[in-house]
Amino acid sequence: MNLYAEARSGALVVSVNEERLDAAIAIRFKDLMREVTSQPSQRVVLDLSHVTFLDSSGLGAVVAVMKSLGPDRRLELAGLTPNVERVFRLTRMDSVFSIHRSVDAALREGIRNVG
Amino acid sequence: MRREAKIFHHSFSADPLSVRTALRAALARFIRHITPDEAGTLELVLAEALNNIVEHGYGDTGEGTITLSLVRDLRGLSCSISDDGVELPATCLDRAFGESDRPEPDSLPEGGFGWFLIRDLVEDLGYHRANGRNLLAFRLPLAPVEGIS
Repeated sequence: MNLYAEARSGALVVSVNEERLDAAIAIRFKDLMREVTSQPSQRVVLDLSHVTFLDSSGLGAVVAVMKSLGPDRRLELAGLTPNVERVFRLTRMDSVFSIHRSVDAALREGIRNVG
Repeated sequence: MRREAKIFHHSFSADPLSVRTALRAALARFIRHITPDEAGTLELVLAEALNNIVEHGYGDTGEGTITLSLVRDLRGLSCSISDDGVELPATCLDRAFGESDRPEPDSLPEGGFGWFLIRDLVEDLGYHRANGRNLLAFRLPLAPVEGIS
């Protein structure tokens, strides 16, 4: 389970360097995300641009991560590929997250909001 | 000369990594004959159905065998999945066949999506159990293509 975390523009950007966020990897993803997001930052942007497959286990894990951040921190998603976007749309869970075209777009929006 | 429909037939162990391998093999077989969206949908419904068996079918032993069969016909891809695990739980049946409520996004659900995804994407979903084996069957509708007899 390959995650890369970097503080950028006041947000914690976590890149999921895996092609699949599925049943085989969901638990490790949740555990590792808990570690990685233990460092404080109000915004966490999850870069899913390398993920070409996500199933309901992967979706559940992303929701669990959001809930574990608590009410004062936001989990935002960036770079959803078509297969991943399909799952969020069909389950209507796209209404629950801020979804950005890319990490750059997410960070640009954040800067605008702060000003 | 009439071409016979080829059946994709794959038996594998009921664990998450074997499911990944099975999905890869199934997609490889059909990927050139379906659109990218159809391929994504196929992989999703198969993953949901197979993961469900891995999760619920064998308790703590985790030892079981799943058989996946796929065949293309005029209306789409006919899929059947059989396994020798426990009977499909009532909660799954309720979700699969309409008695249960969908997870509501505002409640931030972490599960319960799988059967609703399957229901939304396939046709003629059916389940049958006999002689200690489960059989789940459905059709993934596909855009018509020439050359299928």
